[in-house]
Amino acid sequence: MSTALRPLIVGAGPAGIRAAQVMVTAGLRPIVVDEAPSAGGQIYRQRLFPDERSPRDLYGSEAGKASALHQAFVQIRDKIDYFPESLVWNIRDNVADIMKDGRHIRQGFSHLILATGATDRVVPFKGWTTPGVFTLGGAQIALKSQGCAIGEEVVFLGSGPLLYLVAWQYMKAGARVAAVLDTAPFLAKLHLARGLPSQPGVVFRGFRYAAELMARGVSVRFGVEPTRIEGQDRVSAVVWRENGRERRLACDAIGYGFALRSETQLADLAGCRFVFDERDRAWRPDRDPAGRTSVSGIYIAGDGAGIAGADAAELAGERAALALVEDAGLTFDHARVADLERRLNAIRRFRGVLEAAFPFPAAWAGSIEDDVQLCRCEEISVGQVRRAAHDQGVRELNRLKALTRVGMGRCQGRMCSSAAAEVLAAASGQPVEAVGRLRAQPPVKPLPLAMASDGEAA
Amino acid sequence: MALLKRLARQNLPPVAFSLNGVSCTGRAGDTVLTAVLTQTDRLRSSDFSGESRAGFCQMGACQDCWILTAEGDRIRACSTPLRPGMRLRTIAEPKS
Repeated sequence: MSTALRPLIVGAGPAGIRAAQVMVTAGLRPIVVDEAPSAGGQIYRQRLFPDERSPRDLYGSEAGKASALHQAFVQIRDKIDYFPESLVWNIRDNVADIMKDGRHIRQGFSHLILATGATDRVVPFKGWTTPGVFTLGGAQIALKSQGCAIGEEVVFLGSGPLLYLVAWQYMKAGARVAAVLDTAPFLAKLHLARGLPSQPGVVFRGFRYAAELMARGVSVRFGVEPTRIEGQDRVSAVVWRENGRERRLACDAIGYGFALRSETQLADLAGCRFVFDERDRAWRPDRDPAGRTSVSGIYIAGDGAGIAGADAAELAGERAALALVEDAGLTFDHARVADLERRLNAIRRFRGVLEAAFPFPAAWAGSIEDDVQLCRCEEISVGQVRRAAHDQGVRELNRLKALTRVGMGRCQGRMCSSAAAEVLAAASGQPVEAVGRLRAQPPVKPLPLAMASDGEAA
Repeated sequence: MALLKRLARQNLPPVAFSLNGVSCTGRAGDTVLTAVLTQTDRLRSSDFSGESRAGFCQMGACQDCWILTAEGDRIRACSTPLRPGMRLRTIAEPKS
């Protein structure tokens, strides 16, 4: 056991768990900090209390992967220092500030793996803050973790693989799916044929979900442009345009989103260099193929390093930890490294296919009505952002935040920053990369003022 | 009226709590968000316009689902497990 090495892993999802496993095999004892009460991340989230449902009920075709990952964690549990329900809220100079059980811990580390995952990417439109509208990920969590549908008549809206998966999971669980409204045109789905050689299972599963939804009479629409959500204190209908015609459907809940956006705040606070990712239309930490960031001793893996999904996250977590082991001068499996990189590259290529099949509606940014709320914390409208661009010459996101408070609220831009970047870029006539990204601020999430201090931890 | 609809976990042990002074029952393994939104359709009013809000991301990111305890603590409903005897209050802040 190398006592001088004190690796820290942030996040116990697919990437974090596989990274911890590699370190344990190498004789290290990592600290694993995770916000959730049990390991698995969002995709393989575990229930708080056992119930009547089987892993197959919960995770569908991914049940084997979920169980394997949970089992892997059980096997290393005694060989790591695990802090569940704990938040890393700042990182600087090889020290992480952690809130655990309402107390503050300053935790030093020799190496750091950030496996912070992602949240849904959303684009505001009229009524998106109405109770009953949840992200697609949120709708899925309600079902998997809590056994609840988000309403009686649920519409799924947006684009991305999650759109069909969650709708299908709701139907299977006995919820009423009123419609699946895909913002991408039907023809975009033909791009998936290009993914058949490398990822046939994923492509066929996707088609199966859509086919089974339609076979059960669920209306699946393509080329949808949502106009508004009706209902004052509760969703009562969704209205959209399709082929130039306006359509309206009564419903009481909406699952909404466009793929995911990376959680990158901690990488920013740790001083990692960022690059613009054309495919994600977002700035993300720069990394080499193994997951090394620009800061020595800091690695990044999973969706927090750019969106690639759960399978890639497991591989990338393992790959980053092998890089850490190598950099620490310990022995590691060279053949395994080559295999991981080959499989990661295949998935990353497939991501391009998915982006073509489920394109992000970047053109909307110019046409959202001025009175639509953009920042749901500070309640700043799209029009206020445009006026800042037009009247005050704002061309950069942090300047926009200073002048309008967009991204200054409790979520610190997690829900609005990608849309704010698109709206500001359109209003100022720049490509989206030119408006930059919001600088992260500690604490990265709200902390109780009553938090007690434990001082330094070994 | 309830926002969320239970499809499973119906027969788990009951957990008693109160919401705005009214006695309610959740299930073992509920989050506070689930326990409250299977009773009613809002958690709080937004800070400025006073619009009803009932959570959004359910994964601790959007900070939309804060709720009060009778003791005055703010808790994030989606990431707080329901505990027996919790006294919860939906947040109704003055409109500005």
